[in-house]
Amino acid sequence: MTATTDKSTAAAPPVETVTLTIDEVEVTVPKGTLIIRAAEQVGIEIPRFCDHPLLEPAGACRQCLVEVAMPDREGNVRPMPKPQASCTMTVTPGMVVKTQRTSPVADKAQHGVMELLLMNHPLDCPVCDKGGECPLQNQAMSNGRAETRFEDVKRTFPKPIAVSTEILLDRERCVLCQRCTRFGEEIAGDAFIALQERGAHQQIGRFDETVLDFAPPPQGEPAEATFGSAAVTAGGQPFASYFSGNTVQICPVGALTGAAYRFRSRPFDLVSTPGISEHDSCGSAIRVDHRRGVVLRRLSGEDPAVNEEWITDKDRFAFTWQAAPDRLTTPLVRDRVLDAHGAVVSRGELRPASWVEAFELAAEGLAAARAAGGVGVLPGGRLTVEDAFAWSRFARTVLGTDDVDQRARVGSAEETAFLGHAVAGTGVGVTFGDVEAAPAVLLAGLEAEEEAGVTFLRLRKGVRAHGTRVWSVAPFASRGLARLDGELLPAAPGTEAEWLGILATRAAGGLVPADSDAAALGAVADGLAAPGALILVGERLASSPGAFAATLRLAEATGARVAWIPRRAGERGGVEAGLLPGLLPGGRPLTDPAARAEVAAAWAVDADALPVAPGRDVAEILDALSVGQLGGALVGGVELADLPDPEHARRALADAGFVVSLEVRTTEVVALADVVLPVAPPAERPGSYWNWEGRVRAFGQALESAALPDHRVLDALAAQAGVDLGSATPLDAHRAIAALPSWGGARLPAPVGEAVEPPEVPPGSAVLASWHLLLDDGALQDGEQFLAGTAKRPVARMSAATAAAVDVYDGDRVTVATDRGSVTVPVAITEMVDHVVWLPLASRGCRVHDTLGAAPGDLVRISPVVEPAETASGVSTSSTGTNEQGGAA
Amino acid sequence: MTDLMPVLTDTWDADRSWKLAAYEAAGGYAGLRKALATEPGDLVQTVKASGLRGRGGAGFPTGMKWGFLPPPDGGPRYLVVNADESEPGTCKDIPLMLASPQHLVEGIAITSYAIGCHHAFVYVRGEVLHVYRRLLAAVQEAYDAGYLGKDVLGSGFDLDVTVHAGAGAYICGEETALLDSLEGKRGQPRLKPPFPAVAGLYARPTVVNNVESIASVPGIVAHGADWFAGMGTEKSQGHGLFSLSGHVTRPGQYEAPLGITLRELLDLAGGIRAGHELKFWTPGGSSTPLFTADHLDTPLDYESVGAAGSMLGTRALQLFDDSTCVVRAVSRWTDFYAHESCGKCTPCREGTYWLKQVLHRIEAGQGEERDVDLLLDLCDNILGRAFCALGDGATSPVTSSIQLFRDEYQAHIDGHGCPFDPSASALFPYTPKQSPALAGAGGH
Repeated sequence: MTATTDKSTAAAPPVETVTLTIDEVEVTVPKGTLIIRAAEQVGIEIPRFCDHPLLEPAGACRQCLVEVAMPDREGNVRPMPKPQASCTMTVTPGMVVKTQRTSPVADKAQHGVMELLLMNHPLDCPVCDKGGECPLQNQAMSNGRAETRFEDVKRTFPKPIAVSTEILLDRERCVLCQRCTRFGEEIAGDAFIALQERGAHQQIGRFDETVLDFAPPPQGEPAEATFGSAAVTAGGQPFASYFSGNTVQICPVGALTGAAYRFRSRPFDLVSTPGISEHDSCGSAIRVDHRRGVVLRRLSGEDPAVNEEWITDKDRFAFTWQAAPDRLTTPLVRDRVLDAHGAVVSRGELRPASWVEAFELAAEGLAAARAAGGVGVLPGGRLTVEDAFAWSRFARTVLGTDDVDQRARVGSAEETAFLGHAVAGTGVGVTFGDVEAAPAVLLAGLEAEEEAGVTFLRLRKGVRAHGTRVWSVAPFASRGLARLDGELLPAAPGTEAEWLGILATRAAGGLVPADSDAAALGAVADGLAAPGALILVGERLASSPGAFAATLRLAEATGARVAWIPRRAGERGGVEAGLLPGLLPGGRPLTDPAARAEVAAAWAVDADALPVAPGRDVAEILDALSVGQLGGALVGGVELADLPDPEHARRALADAGFVVSLEVRTTEVVALADVVLPVAPPAERPGSYWNWEGRVRAFGQALESAALPDHRVLDALAAQAGVDLGSATPLDAHRAIAALPSWGGARLPAPVGEAVEPPEVPPGSAVLASWHLLLDDGALQDGEQFLAGTAKRPVARMSAATAAAVDVYDGDRVTVATDRGSVTVPVAITEMVDHVVWLPLASRGCRVHDTLGAAPGDLVRISPVVEPAETASGVSTSSTGTNEQGGAA
Repeated sequence: MTDLMPVLTDTWDADRSWKLAAYEAAGGYAGLRKALATEPGDLVQTVKASGLRGRGGAGFPTGMKWGFLPPPDGGPRYLVVNADESEPGTCKDIPLMLASPQHLVEGIAITSYAIGCHHAFVYVRGEVLHVYRRLLAAVQEAYDAGYLGKDVLGSGFDLDVTVHAGAGAYICGEETALLDSLEGKRGQPRLKPPFPAVAGLYARPTVVNNVESIASVPGIVAHGADWFAGMGTEKSQGHGLFSLSGHVTRPGQYEAPLGITLRELLDLAGGIRAGHELKFWTPGGSSTPLFTADHLDTPLDYESVGAAGSMLGTRALQLFDDSTCVVRAVSRWTDFYAHESCGKCTPCREGTYWLKQVLHRIEAGQGEERDVDLLLDLCDNILGRAFCALGDGATSPVTSSIQLFRDEYQAHIDGHGCPFDPSASALFPYTPKQSPALAGAGGH
């Protein structure tokens, strides 16, 4: 945990500067700086609305007018005849700028514009969400007239427009600065609102037949139904954006508001705590605003190195899960019902218990389970670094096991090797800045917009600024890839390794198969050979045998750097902490005696006390629990439905001798546990995540709470077993982490694996492709109905040929089935690899793992739905029972 | 006494003057033949030497504008003809394109050859469907005759011309808004720099010229720069269309050398409406400050009109006699500007909305003592503060009319109503609408 800043790259060339005078103060700034920014350098604030440092200049609001004089060819400083917009004009040498502080002309111009902005603005500040933190309100006070002269008729609009279920627009408050529309075009690339009409009637709006004077909408269909959760385009996408909440934050007035926060609070009643989003591995800086122990909203924090000023809607709006009604507040224990001989008759019911009793029972039960074959440890992928180290140490010392795996998703031994070889203990590697600056980026098994939203934004920034070339190995070109001007390297799920392997061969100068696309191969291989090129791999690559091995070969052959971008916030930290079988903290191989000795010393245990053989992964732990090889399980924040075969997991935990669950809320694991120890959600404890860059992202405790973080609970549980885990307090936890020096020894050997041939696809079948959408049925989005309304409805994507083979057409409903169950969703014909069907992995009405028991790369059956489409929702799920044998194929 | 100088209007009285045959019979396309035998650079030099200044209103030297194009880089460069004539009072390009469109087509061919453009566009105002159709027919005739298309007149020069109809927005006469509209975007002015000469249509070097400017080019090439420069005044050379409208006996187009006076033009046009005196007039369309009878002898060239406090603009001479209420006239112009403001910037969008309401109040007799000063201050807060020149133009009639006729504004306020009979100024039977004051207030 040492690297917290960007690695300094090669010495930057000296910046060309310009010297000018602003309000009689001389200032030197880099060439190309806007006057308004140069003024900020000397502490002069010029009022502004449309200006935003991360958006291109617009010059629309005219609030920032200043007087400018410039030297002519003879060097005589000549004033420009009109005041100039300081947000659009760049500085020139010798320029003399007079702002409102020294120029009566500029001051009058600003007062005049402010009066014009206010004349049609409603005086509803007392009920406006923005009141108290409103740039219009503030600057009207600092740079406006005390009284208006406008006594005529104000422009009004019916209020408000629901841009989506999440975003509301009060048009009469809008000052038409275009920040929101420019954000949509320039940053997110998914413009969902635009300017309409003209003159005083100009307004921001979404596509609306009545405003735009199009033909009236079909009878019986209200105009509002075309938007929000109900409206779905032909491609299965709602007319909404994953980044729409940013427009609310940058709106300089109260025109755009979030439905969840609207009318809930006054800004001056809120307490703000800087935080880090728990929703993905980007480590986005956020601000948690709370009042009297309740989180009311979250905003984007400012971190130029990571998320700049943008976050996803999930980061912003999905926080109610932390205070859901099913929150666990006390420990729970299960009293087993015994017969006269002491045999278990039934497992009994969970009842509240004291911490003391719960710790005692948990310690006893775990000790017994350890004696009865061992304890499997499933910590989940959402832990803070402090928790992850405590979990790792608890497993290896208290439980004496290496059967520990954080992956509540599809994983593989090859992935474990890759993480141990190339990721763990490598510190800060590729950074967001590198992503922005990269000349070429290959995405492999990573849907950046869905899985790492702000990484997508940073990538897009590079694409727009200097034309980063982007390729994606995936079954189809997503809307996100299109907005990166990216090219698709089409691959059926499971065969991503083929592309990576051939690319590696091509880059190394080897012979590539005659039937491969030589032009595409050459372009990618040459692109990745450029200095600064990157390969970004996602969690989905674990379902493609040989893909990690090929990725490393490709990186070596091209010189491109590799970054692993997992989905969950805790996964990178978990890799560092050793929450994978065979991997000790800091990238130390478990099988290395020197590594074990270092860890044992830091943990103050005998080297012999640590396990010596690599343990089981998730699937193997569940298998062992099922057959009684393991005596019990210690489970963290794991949703069983997220596992590749949830049914298998449910049976395994039901059959397990003893289960201890550390959970925030009542989950399926809680229902199967013998002892439940409640832990604190992120808002109620301090901690830190390691984001995918390897950067430490520390956050403070927002709410006062009696809830305990995982590391504290585990420390107490260890104490019960007579072991000092050294993680009673956050400070202790940090010291315990810091006690481990960085590892200089051998790392895990590079992953090995060969690409496999795609399976034969019999008629009526297809290979399943699937990944998580940003907004889906995930537990961390519970309780936020407005956000849920902007989620994409599930569709089955398939090529026209695949659809024709089973006689379905675009918009038809299709049933995707395995022996386990089936989902029925509308078809979206997509230009994609044949014999492949794509489903969202865990959307409402389409839980692929849970319902189908299938994982990407598996064969599934597809068939048309014969009955007339009566269910308006278009989505239905059925399960053919829970007793069938067999896991994911 | 300055005489008329019919050049562009010379054949308007010919039989089917808009046909190519009529144009060729009058010597048309001699300029193109001569141009194709000339070095493009020399053509640019000829136009520079002729002293031709942009006829769209701003009066920027046309040859200099062409010279701003960067050296050829192998990529496309465009000529875009601004035919979005929409200013109140301005009515020269539309009759020209209607009566003699081949002047424009030949001018496009010569200009394109001179600047290395192979695809030219004409952005014509959408409301004038008859002009659009006539232009389309004229361009087709030129294609058929070999003046456009592949290998123009066997010279090896290729040129395509696209005639595009706008959708009815005054702002699209602003050259960068025009380019955005032509690209299919919302018509709003662009941030400059980059200027169109560097990054215009589709971000390529682009020349945007007015119809009359381009139509004047064939004559310059055919007769020489000296012929053109010999007309007009020292700094305002050549011929121009003067459009007389309003209370004048014979309204219409009068083509004359720049520098002619309104007195001379009125003599030609039969004078002010019988029985009335000239009260005020616009020298260059509604965006130019008003003149009165005091300016009858002001030479109508860029410098003289500018020195007298107005602008030559588009030489749209709207004449108003003593039956006209200046408040009413200015109020109608302001309605136009409020309606046509694109909405991009605050001063123009909100300012015209406010001006309109105040003027309607004064006209209806509901004005207050402070309103006249309020109008002046509002105009001061719009002029020079807006994103483009449209906002500036909206203030000209208000400011200049108050300067010239403040008493008349005051009379509306003091007398709680308009002292004029609206039907007296009408040229046709007219019944005023009820309560004009609030019709526009807050209205959409």
